[in-house]
Amino acid sequence: MTDQNKAPNAGKVVIIGAGHNGLVCAAYLAKAGFEVNILEARHEVGGAAASHEFAPGYRVSSTGHLLYRLDEQVIKDLDLASHGLEMAASDLPTVALGSEGRHLKIHDDRITGEDVSREDRNAFMAYRERMLRFARIISGLDDKIPPRIASGERADNIGLGRLAWSIRRLGKKDMREFLRIAGINIYDVLEERFENELLKGALSLDGVLGTHLGPRSNNSVFTALHRLGGSVNGKQGAVAIPRGGMGAVSEALVKAVEALGVSILTGAEVGHVEIENGKATGATLVTGEIMPADYVISCADPKTTFLKLIGPRQLDAGMVRKVSNVRQKGNAAKLHLALDGLPKFTGLEAAQAGHRLVVAPDLEYVERAFNHVKYGEHSAHPVMEITIPSVHDASLAPEGKHVLSAIVQYAPYGPGSDSAGFEAQVMETLARYAPGIREQVVASELLTPNHFEDRFGNIGGHWHHAELALDQFLMLRPVAGAAQYAAPVDGLYLCGAGCHPGGGVSGQAGRNVAQLISGLDK
Amino acid sequence: MKIIDYSDRDHYKTQAFQTPFHERAAAFNQKHCWGRWKDYITANTYYDTATEYFAARNACSVFDLTPMTKHRISGPDALDFMNRLVTREVGKIKPGRVGYTVWCNDAGQVIDDGTIFHLEEGVYRLCSQEPQIDWLMTSAIGFDVDIVDETHDVAGLAFQGPTTCAVLKLMGLEGIENLTPFGIAKFDLDGFELTVSRTGYTGDLGYELWVAPEHALTLWDRLFEAGALHGIRPIGSEALEILRIEAGFILAGVDFLPANEAVRPGRTRSPYELGLGWLVHLDKPYFTGKRALIKEKENGSRYVFAKLNIEGNKPAHQSFIFDKRQKFAGTVTSAAWSPSAKVNIALATLEAPHGKPGDQLLAEIYYQRELKWSRVMAPCTVVEGVFWDPPRKRETPPPDF
Repeated sequence: MTDQNKAPNAGKVVIIGAGHNGLVCAAYLAKAGFEVNILEARHEVGGAAASHEFAPGYRVSSTGHLLYRLDEQVIKDLDLASHGLEMAASDLPTVALGSEGRHLKIHDDRITGEDVSREDRNAFMAYRERMLRFARIISGLDDKIPPRIASGERADNIGLGRLAWSIRRLGKKDMREFLRIAGINIYDVLEERFENELLKGALSLDGVLGTHLGPRSNNSVFTALHRLGGSVNGKQGAVAIPRGGMGAVSEALVKAVEALGVSILTGAEVGHVEIENGKATGATLVTGEIMPADYVISCADPKTTFLKLIGPRQLDAGMVRKVSNVRQKGNAAKLHLALDGLPKFTGLEAAQAGHRLVVAPDLEYVERAFNHVKYGEHSAHPVMEITIPSVHDASLAPEGKHVLSAIVQYAPYGPGSDSAGFEAQVMETLARYAPGIREQVVASELLTPNHFEDRFGNIGGHWHHAELALDQFLMLRPVAGAAQYAAPVDGLYLCGAGCHPGGGVSGQAGRNVAQLISGLDK
Repeated sequence: MKIIDYSDRDHYKTQAFQTPFHERAAAFNQKHCWGRWKDYITANTYYDTATEYFAARNACSVFDLTPMTKHRISGPDALDFMNRLVTREVGKIKPGRVGYTVWCNDAGQVIDDGTIFHLEEGVYRLCSQEPQIDWLMTSAIGFDVDIVDETHDVAGLAFQGPTTCAVLKLMGLEGIENLTPFGIAKFDLDGFELTVSRTGYTGDLGYELWVAPEHALTLWDRLFEAGALHGIRPIGSEALEILRIEAGFILAGVDFLPANEAVRPGRTRSPYELGLGWLVHLDKPYFTGKRALIKEKENGSRYVFAKLNIEGNKPAHQSFIFDKRQKFAGTVTSAAWSPSAKVNIALATLEAPHGKPGDQLLAEIYYQRELKWSRVMAPCTVVEGVFWDPPRKRETPPPDF
């Protein structure tokens, strides 16, 4: 590790992958005086934090469409606002779409809607407050290198102590509750607290979005907490839509790194990491060209990094087995619709069309939607998180037209992902809430996990690179022995959603790795 | 003949298998003294341990080693796979040669030791004490190899002692005297293939004989017929235990805990800590545990494997070892009175830096005379080299009898 007061040109860094974490990492390292080159296999930068035009004049976020955990320190440090990052809408309420227009609106700790009892409203206020508090424990180590267990090292013991103290500080009652629910399923937790089926369904979606979990799967409380850990404009648990879609985050980052002198080479697919005597010495492109470096940083998913870029022959057999067993099969699909007008949802005012709309009418529905994917089929009745970003951002569609962007679950990874058959079922589900929508569709696109894998190169097409779960989190992400960003090969570092603190556009892995390498965290 | 026929749906009802030599071994086993070895029963002793021991040292001995775990590794990546698996350079083990080796887990801790038989170009047989299929399959991720557990498909006899070469010549194995240590040769015996390797676990002149199970009894009969006037005897595991301690050979589960079986941290040993640093080739391409072993080499090992020469004649089984200031220094893992070296010997695991040749230590030995327990603090010396190392072990051709 280099020391803090270094002169420019502290070392040469090659970053594999120009996803948002790679860009963040590059920016911090360039600021610290490193010479940084980013190698991107595709011709576009930004990785999955991208926007694309899927029909002439219609643009959407390619994967995630809501920003909820982009590190505010990163925004500030890299001055992303001056590089063009701005929110088209922030602090969006959620509307749980109900049958016959009987919707619920959820905003902060308040619920509005005819069918919600006073008890449920009160219970929700307590639930929301508690979940936000618990989420802060989960996110408390987001900007730290995960501590190792039983290493005997002082820094690790301090990290573990800090984690333990943050739990203990909840007080006896809440600590007990945190420890009880953090690893269990959100189905039970919601059933204990609420009566309203629609409310429970909508809340359960937060625990299963982007994962291979149903509401009855353990870990679904944890994933809900992970989602609530971030904040937008200083408000925890808020969600926002960047102007220009998620690609705008990457565009701002690209401007930031270019201003710092980072070079980005696109169409530069890395074949393997160059390793000499157990030390990474550079990255070799598939064309055979070697890009030498003192530090190599891989932003690829764990399986790609370990099994392709390093290769089993440079690794211990036990490590290869662990990485081979990382769960990283994605289940989230993405529906994009080009619409010739604002769709009319039954019972929804036009002003509410820009909210976060969810299709998760009850817990059983969500669980049944999950059942299919266990057996390699797509859901007969899918769940959805829908946004119509063009309501807030006219640049996304021609005048008077709109784009609809929906995360749709569950779609299997691998054989069985027949997107055509799935799209018909998704449209049928959508039409149940917006009866005329099919007639408004000008163009459509349904992207499945296999599409994401093809497009972004992450094995399994998982949004978080690797499943978010307690056994793949913190000092276990992606696997024990490689969870402190340093790969088993000297000079090689992991940096992406597959490492701590996981997926979602946050930039935290990038920042943590940069600080590790430049020694700024000392 | 398959020893275990998995297509027989009732195979699980068999608690332990008889080896293909069992019929003959049982006829010799006057004591009916059998023990369990993996999936099989084999003889602990046939007559008495001393008689069997001296057969091995002064004539020739036959030990049924069929239960030893055997895996066949082949395929385009076989050599690369083997090199990634074990600590030594496998490329130097030419076809028709055998090499002793260890293999480690990620932390550089020994999973097991064993021998690699390079049967033919790119085809290896790995012989070990413990079953390894799980670890081999784990190690095979990313390699194009075929791995087969052939433990039950190959019958084996360890034929050890000074008259063995003479007996094999009498048996008609032409040119056997030219087989060098760690060499493999194939012979035709009554129309079936007999594979002979000049290997063993006794530290003496000796061979291991390998056949398909259906020819096991023929091999046994031919061997005993040829060896009748050369003092041939079957021996059991009790005699072998003394023989291998004299030869300084370690045993998995006794002298070290196989790393994949360990539950508690710190109980396992690295190759350096078992005196097997000479098997670790850090200059070859990456192998499992290499990073950890490089680190250990830089930072030093926790333990030292030592051979002890202990005063007196009371075997130091499971003894605690102390230094001269009566501070704990380690424990004995294997002990025996060596009838050939005429010394009281032991293998021990000592805490570093104890264990340098010439170190003077104390062994706390508990012993019993007519149900009365006594204790002696026997002075002992760390010795270099093994207790039994006759020149004939290395000589080609070996001396005739």
